[in-house]
Parts: sequence; C-alpha cells; structure tokens
Amino acid sequence: MLSYIARRILYMIPIALAVSLVCFLLIHLAPGDPIAAMVPPDTPPDVVAQVRSDYGLDRSLPVQFELWLEHVVHGDLGMSITRGRPILPDLIVASGNTLILAVTGGILGFVLGCVFGGIAGVCRGTWIDRVLLGAAVAGVSIPHYWLGMVLVIIFSVGMHLLPAMGAGPGTSSVWAWDWAHIQFLILPALTLCVIPAGLVTRTVRGLVSDIMSQDYITTLRGKGLRWDGIARHVFLNAAPTVIAVMGLQLANLMGGSILVETVFAWPGTGSMLNDAIFQRDFPTLQAATLVLALFFVVLNLAVDLVQTAIDPRISRS
Amino acid sequence: MTAIPKDAGVSVAADAQAWEPENSYWRGVGRRLLRDRTTLVCSAVLLAILVIIVLAPWIAPYEPNVGRAIIRLKPIGFAGHVLGTDELGRDMLTRLIYGGRYSWLIGISPVLMAFAIGGILGIVAGFAGGKVNMAIMRVTDVFYAFPSVLLAVSVSGMIGAGILNVILSLTFVFIPPIIRVAESVTTGVRNLEYVQAARSTGASPLSIIFTHVLPNVLGPVFVYATGLVGLSMIVASGLSFLGLGVKPPDPEWGLMLSSLRTAIYNQPLIATLPGACIFVTSMCFNFVSDGLRTAMDVRA
Repeated sequence: MLSYIARRILYMIPIALAVSLVCFLLIHLAPGDPIAAMVPPDTPPDVVAQVRSDYGLDRSLPVQFELWLEHVVHGDLGMSITRGRPILPDLIVASGNTLILAVTGGILGFVLGCVFGGIAGVCRGTWIDRVLLGAAVAGVSIPHYWLGMVLVIIFSVGMHLLPAMGAGPGTSSVWAWDWAHIQFLILPALTLCVIPAGLVTRTVRGLVSDIMSQDYITTLRGKGLRWDGIARHVFLNAAPTVIAVMGLQLANLMGGSILVETVFAWPGTGSMLNDAIFQRDFPTLQAATLVLALFFVVLNLAVDLVQTAIDPRISRS
Repeated sequence: MTAIPKDAGVSVAADAQAWEPENSYWRGVGRRLLRDRTTLVCSAVLLAILVIIVLAPWIAPYEPNVGRAIIRLKPIGFAGHVLGTDELGRDMLTRLIYGGRYSWLIGISPVLMAFAIGGILGIVAGFAGGKVNMAIMRVTDVFYAFPSVLLAVSVSGMIGAGILNVILSLTFVFIPPIIRVAESVTTGVRNLEYVQAARSTGASPLSIIFTHVLPNVLGPVFVYATGLVGLSMIVASGLSFLGLGVKPPDPEWGLMLSSLRTAIYNQPLIATLPGACIFVTSMCFNFVSDGLRTAMDVRA
C-alpha cells in the first residue's frame, strides 16, 4: 500500500515536468515573434534585441526551458505583458474564484447525478430509467455556454430574480459567502453542474444496476436484509468508481470553465485566459494553462490515492 | 464474400475464419439497431440536417451574409423571414442553414482525423508492445494530463483564430483518448489464441494486423470516436463562441450565438436558436453513439 502511494507520487514528477514542457513550448506555437506582440511596431531593432535578451528569448530552447522552469519552481510565473505586473498574484485570485464556481457546480452535479443515477439503476428497464437516462444524455449534450444564456434570459432578463454577470456587487473581486455574492454564483454554478450531473448519472446507474444483479446482493436479500442494509453495500461498492469520475470532472470543470466564465463575466481563470488570448498576452496564457494543468495532475493523484484508500481491491492487486 | 482468394491453403482458411462470423455479427448489429427507436429517430434527424446543410445554396431563402439594416432583429414569422432576422438584418433561417456547414465541419473533422491518427498510433503501440508502446503511451499520458477544453483553448489561443486552427487544435485534443482505447483493445486482441496461432504459422505482422487486428479493433475504436463527436461539436462551436474559430461575417452556430448575446433583451428566442441547433445535433450524435455501442456490444 505504502509503496504503491510512493510509486504513484514519484510517477507524478515526470508527468508534471512534461506538462511544464508542453506549456513552455506552447508559446512557440504562436505564429511570428512573441516579442513583436510586446513592443510597438516602430521600435528600433536594438531595443527589440534588448527586450529579447531580457526575456531570454535569444538563448537556445533547452536553456530557455531551464531558466523558465527555475523561475516557475521559485513561484515566479513571469510578468503579464498587458498588465505590466507579476502574473502570480492575479492568477491566485482568479484560481480562487474559479475554484468556488467549479466546486459548487461540481457538488451540485455530483448530488444530482447520484440521486438520478441511483433511482435509474434501481428502476432499470422501467420508464423512469429511460427518462432519467435520456435526461443524462441531454445533460452531456448541452452546449453549456448556451444553457447559461438561456438561464440568463429566464431568470435575469425575464424574471429579474438573479444577476446576469459578475461575481458580486460593484467591481470588487473579493468573494464572500453572503447572499449579495451567492446570488451571482447560482446561475453559473447551475450551468456548470449539468455536464457532471449527466456523466455521474450514467456512471452511477451502470454501477448500481450491475451491483444489484450480483450474487452477493441476492444472498443478502435472501438472508432478509432490509433495503437500507442493501443500499449500504451498493454504496460501498460503487463509491470508488464514482469518486474517480467525479474527481476527473472537477478537474475538467476547473480547466474548462472558460466558456461559462465568459458568458457570466465571472472573474476566474477562464476570463483571465480569454483576456490573455485576445490581448496576445502569451506569458499569462502560458502561466494560467500551467497552473490549471498542474492542478489537474495533482487532483488525478488525489483521486487515485483516495480510491486506493477506500477500495481494498486496488491495493491488493 | 466476393473477393477472390489470392493464395491457396492456410490463408484462405484464415480469411474464412475472419470473415464468416463477422458477417453474421454485423447482421446482428443491424437487426439490433433497427429495433432501437431512439437511435433510428436521431439518425433520421442527423441525416435530415446533413441533407439541408449540403443543399444549403438551393434551400436557403436568402444570401447568408447580406442583411438590411432596417429589418434588424425582427421576430419569428416576420414578413418573409420564417425565423426572423439577426442583429444585422440577415435572415436567421438562411444563416442557421449555412452555419450548420461550418459547425459540422469543425465539429466532425477533428474526430475523423483523430480517429485516423490516434487509431494508427494506438494499434502500433498495442501491437508492437515493449519500447514502442512505452514511448507512445507515455507521451499520451502527458497530454491526458490536460483538461480537454483547456488544451483546445490554449492551443487555438496560441495559433490564432481560424477554421483550420480549430480543427487542428481539436484533433490534437482527441488523439490521446483514441490512442488509449485503440491501444488497450489491440493489446487484448494481440494476446488472443488465434492471433498467437497465426503468428506461429509464420504470418507477417502486417498481414496479422490487417486480417485479425483491424477487424477487431476498428469497431470499438469507431464507437468510442462517435461518442466524441457530440463533445467535439460543443467545444468547436465553443471556440467560435469565444472568437477563436470561424471569423465573421461567415455564419457558424457558436459564433452566431456569441454575436446574438446582445439581443437577449429584445429577441431572446432568436438569440437562443443557434445554441438549440448545437444542442440537437450534439444530442443526436450522443444517442446514436450510445445505440451503436449497445448494438455492437462494446465495453470500452
């Protein structure tokens, strides 16, 4: 068990390094010269050369990567071209906002998915199952940016119930758990929960109906165990897989919330990425991608470890 | 089977073995599909959309990029405009029909390309094993470590907007998952007894791949790939929604949705039409993919 955990953590290191390499190389995908995006078009050549050597862009690629990695490890993600200040503090605030949105949406989706999936699994083959499964397929097929617009039209434009944009009253980007802020969270979180809800419904339904048809459940029934006892067995057997699916979904919500954040003007990493793309702010784009991808790697590791901890079958094999 | 056997003896026997059961398997798949009403209805819807967008120039009532400023944002059913007009006075129905061409192109072609590239790499990795497998699968692991939407956005954000760039970045995103599926299915097939037997009779790796591996691997990988089309449609139009895909004035569902966002106050129904098109298409692809998976009894 311990050696498995150690191996799993060690295995993460090369992946994290490779992910950093991909993020580093990302900037070299951009057509043309990154310096050209930073300086005004009429800059004298010697100034351009100076900027180039300031950013280390006149060195060979491996040296550049080494320098960049050294900075990243020391917590220096570089300077934003458009804002003219270090990226990291802004990125931390934005990540916090995205985390609030992703976790709320993720939990909502998880609860809905478990309830719907559980019901569908127990009622397998009935019309209830078919309706819930259809809803789940619809859930994963919804373009969530469109759903966001529809929700805004219904609840903001039509009923004047909830705010359509932002993450709090005024322009402050400091989050607080009071109604003034939470009302801004409801629509984006609802929008974001639909896809994980659909995926979790399908997973839970499959698991529950599989487990219910196992011999040991029949035996338990035969022994006269009541439904709550059986539910406990089903729950314990389904939990590891459901947690894995949910962990992956949470990471995907973090990395994929850009569209929803754009629709709701939510000041998170997605909006930051969006701004960076349109202002050609490559260092910010690179840094935000790196942080989100590393978060994904760490969350994957956490999911694996939790799964190992609660599922004795994994550590035994 | 109508093809003439090239060699006598062993290879004919192998061919017969590879093809006879498969025919009846596919007949069974067809029978199951015909009984599945959801899949049939969704396939019909998709076919209808395909016909409409292919015949766009003959069906669409107006020019897609020509509008009249005096009839901006007119409601559904406005004189001569069945689905109203958009923010520049262009006919919505026409633009939705033409928009489908771009949405389908940027939604489907990445999956097709990833199916070809990822399928080949996965089969090679699974069949070769050893170091080749290590190399291909470890690189795949790295790209698997990115959330898919993030990777698509970052790559197309870097290489810039454009139809080709959307297709390229999404292809890039879908290759790793297809490699994984193709590799695991191929590894399973490689260790089956009849493949071992073919190997022991001296069949060359290429002929084993074509007669035994491909027929067994393509099905599951194809089903998996069809499951990606719905997602691909959503993300591709999403990139256009962000301004990273099709450029205005050309119509594309995601881009139309984005430019109609300002119209949610006066024409909310019209503003949501392009998104509804993405939704219906994506949902139909997902239902058809599920139907195929059940009919082909794939567990991947």
